[in-house]
Amino acid sequence: MSTETIARYNFAYLDEQTKRMIRRAILKGIAIPGYQVPFASREMPMPYGWGTGGVQVTASVIGPGDVLKVIDQGADDTTNAVSIRAFFQKVAEIAVTTHTGEATIIQTRHRIPEKPLQEGQILVYQVPIPEPLRFLEPRETETRKMHALEEYGLMHVKLYEDIAKHGHIATTYAYPVKVEGRYVMDPSPTPKFDNPKMHMSPALQLFGAGREKRIYAIPPYTRVESLDFEDHPFEIQKFDQPCALCGGTDVYLDEVILDDRGGRMFVCSDTDHCEERREAGHTGHMSEEAAQ
Amino acid sequence: MTTSRSGDEPLLKVSSVSKYYGTRIGCENVSFELWPGEVLAVVGESGSGKTTLLNCLSTRLMPTSGTVSYRMRDGIFRDLYRMSEAERRFLMRTDWGFVHQNPADGLRMTVSAGANVGERLMAIGDRHYGNIRATASDWLGRVEIPGDRIDDEPRAFSGGMRQRLQIARNLVTGPRLVFMDEPTGGLDVSVQARLLDLLRGLVHDMGLAAIVVTHDLAVARLLSHRMIVMKDGHVVETGLTDRILDDPHAPYTQLLVSSILQV
Amino acid sequence: MYVAVKGGEAAIRNAHRLLADRRRGDRMVPAISLEQIVGQLALAVDRVMTEGSLYDRELAALAIKQARGDMIEAIFLLRAYRTTLPRFGYSQPINTGGMLVERRVSATYKDLPGGQLLGPTFDYTHRLLDPSLATDDEPEAPESRPQEDETMLRVSEILAHEGLIEGDGAMPEDHEIGDITREPLEFPMERDTRLQALSRGDEGFLLALGYSTQRGYARNHPFAGEIRIGEVEIEIDVPELDFPVSLGRIRVTECQMVNQFKGSAKAPPQFTRGYGLVFGQSERKAMAMALCDRALRARELGEDIIAPAQDEEFVISHSDNVQATGFVEHLKLPHYVDFQAELDLVRRMRREFEKRQTGDDERKEAAE
Repeated sequence: MSTETIARYNFAYLDEQTKRMIRRAILKGIAIPGYQVPFASREMPMPYGWGTGGVQVTASVIGPGDVLKVIDQGADDTTNAVSIRAFFQKVAEIAVTTHTGEATIIQTRHRIPEKPLQEGQILVYQVPIPEPLRFLEPRETETRKMHALEEYGLMHVKLYEDIAKHGHIATTYAYPVKVEGRYVMDPSPTPKFDNPKMHMSPALQLFGAGREKRIYAIPPYTRVESLDFEDHPFEIQKFDQPCALCGGTDVYLDEVILDDRGGRMFVCSDTDHCEERREAGHTGHMSEEAAQ
Repeated sequence: MTTSRSGDEPLLKVSSVSKYYGTRIGCENVSFELWPGEVLAVVGESGSGKTTLLNCLSTRLMPTSGTVSYRMRDGIFRDLYRMSEAERRFLMRTDWGFVHQNPADGLRMTVSAGANVGERLMAIGDRHYGNIRATASDWLGRVEIPGDRIDDEPRAFSGGMRQRLQIARNLVTGPRLVFMDEPTGGLDVSVQARLLDLLRGLVHDMGLAAIVVTHDLAVARLLSHRMIVMKDGHVVETGLTDRILDDPHAPYTQLLVSSILQV
Repeated sequence: MYVAVKGGEAAIRNAHRLLADRRRGDRMVPAISLEQIVGQLALAVDRVMTEGSLYDRELAALAIKQARGDMIEAIFLLRAYRTTLPRFGYSQPINTGGMLVERRVSATYKDLPGGQLLGPTFDYTHRLLDPSLATDDEPEAPESRPQEDETMLRVSEILAHEGLIEGDGAMPEDHEIGDITREPLEFPMERDTRLQALSRGDEGFLLALGYSTQRGYARNHPFAGEIRIGEVEIEIDVPELDFPVSLGRIRVTECQMVNQFKGSAKAPPQFTRGYGLVFGQSERKAMAMALCDRALRARELGEDIIAPAQDEEFVISHSDNVQATGFVEHLKLPHYVDFQAELDLVRRMRREFEKRQTGDDERKEAAE
């Protein structure tokens, strides 16, 4: 058996036929914003649930001139982001970056970068469960019908229940949105803090769910509205304190445990954003200690 | 298609509806008209085809042949089996109701009573939590469910309460036609009486038309204006409820009435 | 301190070096060869080929070695390789009736044309550990029978002569056989794609589901009509030639389960069938697959769907162990952004809860 044949792969791993199939699915997704397009997801050399959908989408849209950024939980240096970035460096030999502004394609898991995206950029989301109705109705045959007939009452039943039980909507991430007034869509498990960034974004947003074999899309400048009630409008998380390192206030923060006595600090989840701010001279109340 | 002023035209026109399961007859050649505000009871033993007929009329089942046309709110008659599924489903959650014998089939058991009633409102676009809750609360009152149970799940309700909740859930959008399949079937006799009383009041107050399938002639007598008696998939007798129960013509109806009266 | 919670490229590299070392094990012991795995762990190789959907013993052996004997990991490796291979075409359906049979048993007939052939089976061995295997003792050479020319009639064909069993089943004229590795799954499925999914389904999952039907969760009265193991020819149509070309032989296990059926409005009472086919030798998988196939035909045969094994979406959506292991294990990935959001919510709700509690106490005190 020759090992060379196993080691040789096409540009960006997928064969061209497969890429064309995925591009067709992407185009259909762009044509019908928020609609989940079934596609023949391939086995990828990383496990299902670890970003195979996003990787297939990225592999199908990436070209030799692209600059790729990969983030997981907002950070460029989390293990899975490192692994996926290394994968594309290996199979596509493309340029990579950690700077949001420099990237042409950003693959993400669970966050949208803080820095507003621009025209021409593509944001690729890794999606574990693409169906926003799944936990209300487990059957695919039924949920597809509900989408087709725009029967979304059930979605509001869930929000109603939240308010009845807690006095407010208790969904904090994977918060459902309505795209261009038609399809209800799962934004992937991003915190609802990021939902407003999807609305009228100049960038193209692509969503890939490998294990569930679905692709969906939000074209640039598309209306994306978070579901809510008139008297209980959608609102995002607010943090009591600024980032301990850069002093940023309108950003999503990670809680970092410092010791076993309840000591903790809050820092930007978007590592690139935090670094750029610090380079620009912004400081937080723990900048000095962190620098040591 | 014809248009007309409401009131002097039927709501539902059923003509020659038949349903076969293979070679076995479900129901055969059933025709009748239902008028606004009229309650029609379909009675017969189990296996008589009454549930098959109900399912055909409510489009839960496709008949083998025949037509059913329904006068929409704009006055235009539409053939139910020629409507798109989207139109049918819309009709079912706005202008129609369906009360199942087992409330668990018609309720969301793990969702609060308030949300069960509010779901239809949200399905047709109501987006004001306060209004939805107020309407749900009002409806719970109308079906005699205490207001403090609004956030409880129907799992915690008694059989009679569940059935009343199912009725509220169906009536909240002000439908014009309600299908009921043995609505008092699984309930104790005393609970049955209370439910029948409630139903009769609601049907009367709202001017609802209803088709009630039951094997219980007492239910038919209390609720319905007119009756259809079925046996082996065929209609054996139709007429005003009082007339049929007091002076049955068909031998089978006579047997049915006398056997009940003996009990 | 802050950076320490994030993994780095160096950490990953080091982890993989350690993995390679552990895979090799004690370097005083010779490394296991692919030939040894192919020859001596043949049933493991068969399972990896079946659930990896690729018939290649050497690659399967390589996958098993690379996966340190973790079967699902090996299946995953083989699948990820398979998916990059170009498609040249589809073979003709294999003819198991023309199989070179090594084992063939039927539980429905005492004797039948071609006879019962036990072949290399664990059946009737006493499950006593054999110390001689710990040493290099060579076993005796096996007996072998002269090769028979005539093909062995399948049990389903014997029953078919009387019309007592349903036919092989036919897809509609214009039906193109699906390929679950090239088209997205859609429910409800046709039987062709469903059988493909079952064939690559996890052995343990299908075994448990098949077992559940025997214990009363959608009981379908199965008889092992026939199990046969042996080699079949793979033939492919070549456009320029008007006869199929043989590509070689593969070893398969086929199970035809015969099930009672009382008849419906359309069909007379007769025996129905559940079908199982896997690469190599795996009766357990083929039998479990056949039980599940029959259970999943409930809709087609007008039976009530009352048990998990009959629920197509449930069974097929969860039978693929590569998908299942990926999604279960992805819980290891960082989720702290979502967790942060939940943490925030729980803190907020606790504050509200405490406020209500103190409010209640104050009211109570006021009332007293």
